[in-house]
Amino acid sequence: MNTQDYIKNILDSANIKTSGFDMLRRDELYLTVSAADFAGTCSLMHKKLDSPVMTFFAEDLREASGVFALYCGFLSLQTRSWIFVRQNIAQDDPAFDSLAKNIYSASLFEREIKEMFGIMPSGNPDLRRLKLHDEVWPEGYYPLRKDFIAPRDLPAPGPAYRFKRVEGEGIFEIPVGPVHAGIIGPGHFRFSSAGEPIVNLELRLGWTHRGIEKLLEGMDTSEAVKIFERVSGDTAFGYSLAFCRSAEKIFGIDVPVRAQLLRVIYLELERLYNHANDMGGIALDVGFSFPAQFASLIKESILQLNQKISASRYLKGINAVGGILQDIDKNKAVIIREALGKIEKDICSLEDMLLTSVSFMDRVDATGILRANTARDLGITGVAARASGIALDLRKALPGIYDTLSFAAAKEHAGDVASRLRVRIAESKESFSLISQSLEKLSSCSPEIKATGQVKEGIAFGYVEAWRGAVLVWMRLDRDGKIARCKIVDPSFHNWDALSFAVLGNIIPDFPLCNKSFDLSYAGNDL
Amino acid sequence: MNFRIFKSSIEKGRVTLKLDEAGIVALPEIENIGRDLKRAIHAKFGRSFHIREVDTGSCGACESEIIACSNPLYDIQRFGIDFVASPRHADALLVTGPVSKNMILALKKTYEAMPEPKFVIALGDCAKDGGAFKGSYYTRDGVENILPVILHIPGCPPDPLTIMRSLLSFMHDFPCRRA
Repeated sequence: MNTQDYIKNILDSANIKTSGFDMLRRDELYLTVSAADFAGTCSLMHKKLDSPVMTFFAEDLREASGVFALYCGFLSLQTRSWIFVRQNIAQDDPAFDSLAKNIYSASLFEREIKEMFGIMPSGNPDLRRLKLHDEVWPEGYYPLRKDFIAPRDLPAPGPAYRFKRVEGEGIFEIPVGPVHAGIIGPGHFRFSSAGEPIVNLELRLGWTHRGIEKLLEGMDTSEAVKIFERVSGDTAFGYSLAFCRSAEKIFGIDVPVRAQLLRVIYLELERLYNHANDMGGIALDVGFSFPAQFASLIKESILQLNQKISASRYLKGINAVGGILQDIDKNKAVIIREALGKIEKDICSLEDMLLTSVSFMDRVDATGILRANTARDLGITGVAARASGIALDLRKALPGIYDTLSFAAAKEHAGDVASRLRVRIAESKESFSLISQSLEKLSSCSPEIKATGQVKEGIAFGYVEAWRGAVLVWMRLDRDGKIARCKIVDPSFHNWDALSFAVLGNIIPDFPLCNKSFDLSYAGNDL
Repeated sequence: MNFRIFKSSIEKGRVTLKLDEAGIVALPEIENIGRDLKRAIHAKFGRSFHIREVDTGSCGACESEIIACSNPLYDIQRFGIDFVASPRHADALLVTGPVSKNMILALKKTYEAMPEPKFVIALGDCAKDGGAFKGSYYTRDGVENILPVILHIPGCPPDPLTIMRSLLSFMHDFPCRRA
C-alpha cells in the first residue's frame, strides 16, 4: 500500500479530516489539519505508526500568509517515509494545544517553540527556557521570528532559573558545571542525592547556544555547508551530509553512485574514530588507563588516515550539494585498506582487553540502565536506543545506497553501560565491512563525483544515521535558493534527557561512566 | 589476558618510539618541538606550565584536538605542559569557541579564580573573531571582547602539532621570569 492510502486509512478510522495531502517525495508526506484536530492527529500518528515525535518545529510565514506554521514529524517504518502533520496558527495571540500531555517526546520541542517563536503550548506544565538563559536574555525577544532584530542593549533579564527541588531527610544537592574539570563542553548538572545513590538529576544545557538556526537564514547553500560542518565538530561529515541531502532533494539532483559510495566511506570513518574514542573513554572513566590510551592511539591513527585521504582530520570540506569534493582513487584506496587492516586488529585487541577484564566488566554491567519503555517514551535514537532494544537504524529503515551493501544493525537489550559498549564494538566491525564493500564497488563506478542542479525553492527533509544517532535537517529555500528556515535535530536532544533517567539509583562516582557511555554532544544540542 | 597485554607491550615497545609499527605516522618533528618546548618551559615557567581549558561555545573539534595533544603519540605532558582541573592550579586559561552569551559569566569567574600572573590563550578560529558564527545574536565574536588575550592559536581546529608550535613560539617570546 502506498503511503498516502496508508495514512488516509488511519485518519478515516478516527474520523479526522485533512484539508490537504501533499506527497512531496517518495519519502515525505505532509498533511494539513485544523487547529482543533492537530493534537488528536499527532497522538494518532504517534500510536499507529509507533513513532516518537522525531522533529517538531514552527515556521514564521506571517509575511506571506499571515500565519505561523507548525510541523510535527513522525517516522513511518511501515511505509518507509516521514509523515509531517501541519497546522497553521493565527499570528495574533499565537498558541496551540500542547502535545506533551499525551506524547512525552514532544515536550522539549514545545519548550523550544515557546522560547524561539513565542508560540504558547497551552497546557504544557513546563515552559522553562532551554537555550536562551533567563539570566542573560529577557522574556519577549524571540530570535526565530522573521522580524527579530538583534537588540543592541537588552533590558535587564529575568530572575534566575528554577531547578526542581527534591526535599526530604538526608537529601543533598550537588551542583556541577557549567565549567567541568575535564576538557569538555559546558553543561550544568544538578544532582539530588540521598547518601550515595542519585535520586534525581536535572540537566541544564544551552551554554553553547550560538544561534545557528537564525544564522542560517538568508544563507546560500554553499555557504551553509561550512556552518553545518561546525554544528558539532565530531559529526562534521554527518551534519554536512544531512544538509546536502535536503538541498539535493529540493534541487532534484540525483547524486552519482560514486559520490554516494564515497559518502558511505567517509561517514563510516567518522563513526569509527568516534566509537574508538568512546570505548577508550569508558575505560578511562573506570580508571583502566591502558586500553584508554590504546584507544586514543586508534583514534589518532584514523584521524591521520582522514588527513591523508581528504586533507582534513575531521572530514571537513568534503561534502557539497550534489556530491563530494574529495575522490578516493586507487592509491588512496590502498592506503585506506592497509590502515584499516591494522586498525581492525587493534579494535579486536581493545575488545579483548575490555570484555575479558573481570574488574572492568563488573563496573559496566548493570550500571546506568535505561529501560526500553523509558527509551521509547523519550524518543531517543542512535547507539543508546539500540542498546536499550530499539532497533532503529536509519541506514536500515530508509536505506538508499545501503540497500546495495550488506551489514547488520547492532542491537542489545540490557540498556546498561556494557550494552552501549557492545553496540559500539559491533558497529565498528560493521563499519570495516561497509568500507571495504564500498571500496570494492568504487572500482567499477563512473568517475563522476558531483552533479549539478537548478536552484529552486521548496522544502525538504534530510536525514543521516550519524555515529551518535539520527541527524535530521528540515529546510525551506526561498526563490533565490537562500535558506528561509532550517530546523536541526541532533540525537543528543532527547538522549540528554535519557541520561538523567539512566543514572537514577546509581552512585555519583558512576555518573561520568554513564555519561561517557552515552557520549552526547553539547554543541549539537544547544545549536 | 594480563599476560597477553604484557606480551603485546613487550612486542610493541614504547609506542612513543616505535610508532610506524602501530600504524601511525611518527613525526620526528614532535620530538624536536617537544625538546625546545621543554627547554623554554624549564627556563621561563620553572619546569611546568599548567593550562585550564574552557569551552565557550565551540563545536567540540578544538577540544578533541587539545585532548589529542595528551595521547601517547604527542604526549605533551612529558614536555612540561599539563591540563589541570581547576583554574586555581593554572598558569594559563585556554579558551575555545566564539563566546556564547550564556558562558560570559562562567568565563569571567574562571579567570578571576586564577592566581596571578595569568594569561589567556584563545584557540581556534571561533575564539579569534567568532569564526563561522560571527555576527550571531548570541555570541560575542571572540574571546578578546571579554578578556585580554595574549596568544591566539589559529585553525579550525588547529591540529596538535600546530598547538605545540604555537605554544613554543609563545614561550620564546615570553619575557624571562627573572631578569
